[in-house]
Amino acid sequence: MAAEVAHTTSGGLDIRKTAMWAFLASELMFFGALISTFLLYRGRTNGGPGAEELFDIPFTSVSSFVLLMSSLTMVLAHNAWERDDQRQLRLWLVSTASLGLVFLGGQFFEFATFVHEGLKLDTSPFGSSFYMLTGFHGAHVAVGVLMLSAMVIISFRVGLSKARGMNVELVALYWHFVDIVWIVIFTVVYLLQV
Amino acid sequence: MATVVEAPPISPPGAQPKGGIWAWLTSVDHKKIGIMYGVAAMAFFILGGIEALVIRLQLAVPEGSVVAEDAYNQLFTMHGTTMVFLFVMPISAAFGNYFMPIMIGARDVAFPRLNALSFWIFLAGGIFISSSFFLGGFPDGAWVGYSPLATQAEVIRMDFWALGLLILGVASLLGAVNFITTIFTMRAPGMTLFRMPVFVWMQMVVAFLLAFSLPLVTVGLFQVILDRNFGTLFYDAATGGDPVLWQHLFWLFGHPEVYILILPAMGIVSEVLPTFSRKPLFGYQFVVFAGAAIGFLGFGVWAHHMFTAGLGPVAETAFGLMTMTIAVPTGIKIFNWLGTMWGGSVSFTTPMLFAVGFVAMFTIGGLSGVTHSIVPADTQQHDSYYVVAHFHYVLFGGAVFGIFSGVYYWFGKVFGRLLDEPLGKLHFWLMFIGFNLTFAPMHILGLNGMPRRIATYGDGLGWNLWNLVATVGSFIIALSILVFLVNAVRSYRKGEPAGADPWDGRTLEWSTTSPPADYNFAEVPIVDAIDDFWYKKYGEDDNHLPVRLDTDPRDLSAREPDVEHHVHLPSPSYYPILLAVGIVTLAYGFLWLPIGYLAMAAGLGIMLWAIFGWALEDIDHPMGDGNGHGDGGDDGGGRDAAAELVGSGAEGTSE
Repeated sequence: MAAEVAHTTSGGLDIRKTAMWAFLASELMFFGALISTFLLYRGRTNGGPGAEELFDIPFTSVSSFVLLMSSLTMVLAHNAWERDDQRQLRLWLVSTASLGLVFLGGQFFEFATFVHEGLKLDTSPFGSSFYMLTGFHGAHVAVGVLMLSAMVIISFRVGLSKARGMNVELVALYWHFVDIVWIVIFTVVYLLQV
Repeated sequence: MATVVEAPPISPPGAQPKGGIWAWLTSVDHKKIGIMYGVAAMAFFILGGIEALVIRLQLAVPEGSVVAEDAYNQLFTMHGTTMVFLFVMPISAAFGNYFMPIMIGARDVAFPRLNALSFWIFLAGGIFISSSFFLGGFPDGAWVGYSPLATQAEVIRMDFWALGLLILGVASLLGAVNFITTIFTMRAPGMTLFRMPVFVWMQMVVAFLLAFSLPLVTVGLFQVILDRNFGTLFYDAATGGDPVLWQHLFWLFGHPEVYILILPAMGIVSEVLPTFSRKPLFGYQFVVFAGAAIGFLGFGVWAHHMFTAGLGPVAETAFGLMTMTIAVPTGIKIFNWLGTMWGGSVSFTTPMLFAVGFVAMFTIGGLSGVTHSIVPADTQQHDSYYVVAHFHYVLFGGAVFGIFSGVYYWFGKVFGRLLDEPLGKLHFWLMFIGFNLTFAPMHILGLNGMPRRIATYGDGLGWNLWNLVATVGSFIIALSILVFLVNAVRSYRKGEPAGADPWDGRTLEWSTTSPPADYNFAEVPIVDAIDDFWYKKYGEDDNHLPVRLDTDPRDLSAREPDVEHHVHLPSPSYYPILLAVGIVTLAYGFLWLPIGYLAMAAGLGIMLWAIFGWALEDIDHPMGDGNGHGDGGDDGGGRDAAAELVGSGAEGTSE
């Protein structure tokens, strides 16, 4: 317990990481509710297409792989930040954001295909819950890409030194969280439904 | 990680801009934000109270004709929404904002600008929902917003409701993250978790409840908005959607919400009772653990709100039993409060009267709550006035009495002048009598079959007398609030000066001036015990009775701040209020598409401006560059670290 640490009563916690963890814990419940909704409605296709007709597992596997690799580049970026290597830091930040964009492109293509095959937001509870869940996840990836881009801009302007706060580490936490959520979504929503 | 860097000595207190509306709009001081929360919540309390009075007028006699059915629906929906989301929650945030940092010996919350953002988003959301009155009528689907009623009504009233609650949810979530971080990382040296005042503990439990329960209702509210505006089928039974899903999502949030409303009041009472009994809180650890247990159990009982929704006997039995177990930690608390008073030198000041009133009324409400856990009984009581009686005993007799106990207890600390005692006692007795006249008869009305949310009732059903009594009672409550307002205004102007420690208090807020200086403590306190301030004042004689020590208690306020240690106060910022304006502009635009796209674009533009301004404000600011963050100042000592932490506050740009 924090109790016995002399001087500091913070238990050695970093102030902004603590906040980020609390926020991510809340996000976990958010995605939990979205996934639960999907599981409730997975079979309710209202005469429209269902998971087995629509899902293209090889395609989604590839885009999932892309997103997972972005976690690797994020780790490399974080590592470069710890070594205070600005050039490498920028390289890996841009790589991470690019992989995120590729994933978003894949999701856009997937949505377009599904709509073409007859699954719209208002086709069935299955469609509503699928688009809401994956759409909110995509929005989180997009916010992550924006944060990564902001990091790159800041690194050009003033440099992301270690003394300059926790920003790279915070973005990394967020990015890994969004990736982990996707692993759950890919497993539960895609793999288990076909 | 980051090192504590020597920063130039700046802003000796007083250098902060003082006075003027601009100082309030841009303030990031937790005390100013606390006061603004309190004032705004009181304004909404009066609004919600007026709605209640019209409801009671309508129901005073059979076939009432004060308002039409449509208006009546709007009134009870907004009465519930206002009291829960715009009064009790924000006024708990007011106490939390003002006193939690002081009680743990901090100079501010972890993220001062984020704190300001929480307040402005709350105010914007409250104004947004209430403004529906002028824009097509208040929401009218009840505060629980059940589908399909909420999703199928044509007019935009329930859009106002769903969007408004989403906005308020953002405010609460940011506040929760801020409070959790503050309590975990900003405690003064020696202020271990189990030396924290119970009020701080309860704020922490509430923050966790908010963080874990708000996202659930957020999903539900998004589904309502999508169903209403984009043709999704979440709650459309005809195509396979399930309206009961809304009930699950709402009550998965809604039951923890009940504890979000009551736990801060329990925290206040746990401070007031020891102070006026001149005894330590009986069984401190038990009270803390009971509060945490209530928080945990609160997530496992939501379906007791849905016993008539047809969940099946297994689920109903499980949730019924689970609900009964909540009575155990609640009972522990009640007995500990009684044990605190037992044998103490009790003085019945106004805050103490309200605290004792809380314990008594909350016990009644808790007991009638246990009757709901018995499924067959609940099936009879569901949606009857018995339920209305129950939750007003816990939320009014409980939360509101606790809140007023806190108001009378801390008014002198916040404004430097005590509330008038005779008027306060008049307020208490009027409210106590009015409250019981209003809500006790509702038990009888409910058991005699009177349903909730009906605009009129027929003559000859045996409900006439008690409805009239309830209406008379509600106006006695209104009178008591009037007495309070007169008292507040008079005492604010020329009340008796409070001094630093008017009640011979036990916790750290009484060790500093009334009102505290901008920096709270000239020197960050070092804590050696629970109720540290008391033991700095008192020793014990052979019979374990308190004896005033000869040495003066450390008067932390009187000294000039130690400029050597660099008291950093966060600079004011107008980006929080700007961001809140952007959010609410976006929401208004959404209600009037397609022309609203213009407003939405404007709102997004304002939000982007605010977010980037917010982020860059820090980076270019010599003080706020994030230096001095870190793991608590290993070499500078915790006291420096706490001071530094306040100064840095570079919250980052995320969302």
